[in-house]
Amino acid sequence: MSRIGVFVCQCGNNIASTVDTKKVAEEMSKMPGVVYTCDYKFMCSAPGQENLREIVKAQKLDGVVVSACSPHMHEKTFRKACESAGLNPYKCEISNIREQCSWVHHDKTKKVGTIKSIDLTRMTIERLKKNRPLKNINIPVKKRALVIGGGIAGIQAALDIADGGIEVILVEKEPSIGGNMARLSETFPTMDCSQCILTPKMVEAELHDNITIYTWSEIEKVDGYIGNFTVQIRKKAKYVDEQLCTGCGECIEKCPFKADNEFEMKLNKRKVIYTPFPQAVPNIPVIDAPHCVKIQKDKCGACAIICGPNAIDFKQKDQIITEEVGAIIVATGYQLMPNERFGEYGYGKIKDVISGLQFERLASSSGPTGGEIIRPSDGNVPKSVVFIQCVGSRDEKKGVAYCSKVCCMYTAKHTMLYKHKVHDGQSYVFYMDIRSAGKRYEEFVRRAIEHDGAMYLRGRVSRVYERNGKIVVQGADTLSGNQVEIEADMVVLATAILARDGADTLAQRLGIGYDKHKFYNEYHPKLRPVETVTGGIYLAGTCAGPMDIPDSVSMGGATASKVLGLFSSDEMSREPITAIVNRAICNACWDCLNACPYSAIEKESENDRHGNILRWLAKVNDGLCQGCGICVAACRSKCIDLQGYTDEQVYAAINAF
Amino acid sequence: MKIKISKENLQSEFVRKVERISGETLSNCYQCGNCTGGCPVSYEMDYGPSQIIRLLQLGEEGLLMNANSMWVCVGCLQCYSRCPKCVSAANILEALRQLTLRKGTDHENVSDLPFPFLKNAPQQAIVCGFRKFVS
Ligand SMILES: Cc1cc2nc3c(=O)[nH]c(=O)nc-3n(C[C@H](O)[C@H](O)[C@H](O)COP(=O)(O)OP(=O)(O)OC[C@H]3O[C@@H](n4cnc5c(N)ncnc54)[C@H](O)[C@@H]3O)c2cc1C
Ligand code: SF4
Ligand code: SF4
Repeated sequence: MSRIGVFVCQCGNNIASTVDTKKVAEEMSKMPGVVYTCDYKFMCSAPGQENLREIVKAQKLDGVVVSACSPHMHEKTFRKACESAGLNPYKCEISNIREQCSWVHHDKTKKVGTIKSIDLTRMTIERLKKNRPLKNINIPVKKRALVIGGGIAGIQAALDIADGGIEVILVEKEPSIGGNMARLSETFPTMDCSQCILTPKMVEAELHDNITIYTWSEIEKVDGYIGNFTVQIRKKAKYVDEQLCTGCGECIEKCPFKADNEFEMKLNKRKVIYTPFPQAVPNIPVIDAPHCVKIQKDKCGACAIICGPNAIDFKQKDQIITEEVGAIIVATGYQLMPNERFGEYGYGKIKDVISGLQFERLASSSGPTGGEIIRPSDGNVPKSVVFIQCVGSRDEKKGVAYCSKVCCMYTAKHTMLYKHKVHDGQSYVFYMDIRSAGKRYEEFVRRAIEHDGAMYLRGRVSRVYERNGKIVVQGADTLSGNQVEIEADMVVLATAILARDGADTLAQRLGIGYDKHKFYNEYHPKLRPVETVTGGIYLAGTCAGPMDIPDSVSMGGATASKVLGLFSSDEMSREPITAIVNRAICNACWDCLNACPYSAIEKESENDRHGNILRWLAKVNDGLCQGCGICVAACRSKCIDLQGYTDEQVYAAINAF
Repeated sequence: MKIKISKENLQSEFVRKVERISGETLSNCYQCGNCTGGCPVSYEMDYGPSQIIRLLQLGEEGLLMNANSMWVCVGCLQCYSRCPKCVSAANILEALRQLTLRKGTDHENVSDLPFPFLKNAPQQAIVCGFRKFVS
């Protein structure tokens, strides 16, 4: 016979006003196996817990039911109290008579509430009788971290983790780290030069003893679970030996062929062997194989001839590197919506209609024009520039429904950059709303309007076309209620921020969620904004949604604190609420394996002593199992069960009703 | 109505004169509409005070000089007392009146006004009238 104690909490008046707690305790004392009952004002208070501990010891209880608030609130508290009194914590169960009873029943005579509390507690007692003592699962942790994406968010995460003494592997798919921030000229709201504040961080990451950078690399495969991931990284052939290359750049000079320059947003051409920008980290060129005449047609080879240290290696192959890590940070960033989608704005037809990032490159002193703002079509200085905000953003029909968050601010910045460079120029901005929430942001926008003379027009542009060598912009000013027309020399489109192409494929490889726009999902949008539902995988920067540099940096730092917290002990302890396979009757139909959303079911073989496979079995990986119970429902032979929520326990509770 | 916006219009002689006479900077206005909301007579105006400022911001002279707004304004300065940016729409409307009067095409002579009118018109109206019609 069991020795169960039942503790009914009054929760001040929260429970006691509609439940007769004394009566509940009294009724429960009549149940077989119950040796002690009481009701108490606040079970969660220090004296309440102390009382519980003393009674567990004095009465030699082998099970405890606390009838109180939701287990979300104090299950941990009471299980801890039981544990310190020498009872297995999983022999303590909570019966929720607050959220599920007293708060929803308003009967002041306490009749209904009391009857229901008695039922709920009785069910919990019967369930508890079937509880088996469980032990927390300890998983060893590999104290190394992987950061995917070397934009500002990824760099910040890598630096903060590395400073915490943890080894970091930073994987970047481009030839250099830096991401989109490397493209920006100056940054709002302080107008510091983007390169000047970014490159020191890039160099710091390169020189940090704890950071290994793989550029021109992508994630091929991810296996494992929190604390124990195995990651395969494809290091694409650079055709340049990284050990031998001195970064002198002679090869780039000599290469006679050119291709579109992606870093400059195709505003100019780059060589076929190239580094994306002068401060690239690492400063090692790569050969763009599809355009290389040597690789494609076995001609040329000029770079190999000029290269002093013989670093050019046309035979180089992609390499697969396997790394073991305990945590992964995803920081793969964003891309802009292709302007081509907006034929009505003349993109593709009119050369001087450009994107926001192209304007950044024109304004950047290291850009293709050396910082001079000139028209791509004829090289003339534009005297009138129209900026159009919300292109593709807040546009359910052609674009996306959300706000891209940074365009209001960078457009204000663009008007200032333009005014500072073209003193007699006039800028116009078409906007729907100005969203300048942030420290010193509103003041920044007002400066653009009041000090630098940007003319803001509230309304969308409906047409952009050419007339006598001018670009005619036709839109509305809803403030005055008029149609307006402007003759412009250049038009800049603030196109929507999108998740990267392939963001979904990466998410599937990692087993993390994403929304319909392919931005990665956080575990909880408010309270756990940098975690994903998959333990050990965290999010930083614009891969989670549009945001600016300060937010990306904060998120990078926040992921680092999560990782350092995870790595603060050698083993990770987790609740043993995991599925368990009855090995005797599993017939390896793999229904569970197909049903599990966390890929926690593995195939295991039973072998004879010669190594011949006798039979196959399902096996649960405790690290990956989240205890959702889907496999239990899927299993036809009823041989898989969820610890802590076994069929036996659940049926016992139902039968007691 | 279609407005052609250009640098020349935005910084036209007219717009600069309004700014100089009123002492206000047009770009300071948020277009929040508080002035129009608080104005006791804006419901009688062709364009409320904030819309007048908007038309000036757009450099649109014709529309606003033909509107009755400047003559309806009673100069009570409610707009100014409410404006979060310390813009005085009243000063701007005054500047428009000044500019109209300086053209000398719409001048009223007090002594020419008929006695019954002067006798019956409210005092406030006559004081405002002086402020508006006498330059
Ligand atoms: C025109 C414009 C102007 C802006 N101006 C400002 C400004 O003035 N101030 C401000 O605060 N913000 C500004 N922003 C916003 C700013 O660009 C972003 O907040 C910031 O760059 C986001 O950094 P990130 O690291 O999240 O992403 P990214 O910079 O996009 O970096 C992501 C990195 O991950 C890499 N990557 C992607 N996929 C993979 C993969 N599968 N495997 C490996 N690597 C991968 C990419 O190559 C890239 O290097 C501006 C944005 C635009 C469009
Ligand atoms: S071999 Fe290829 S990369 Fe080298 S110089 Fe020739 S075209 Fe350029
Ligand atoms: S109250 Fe001031 S800021 Fe608002 S619309 Fe009127 S003048 Fe402009």
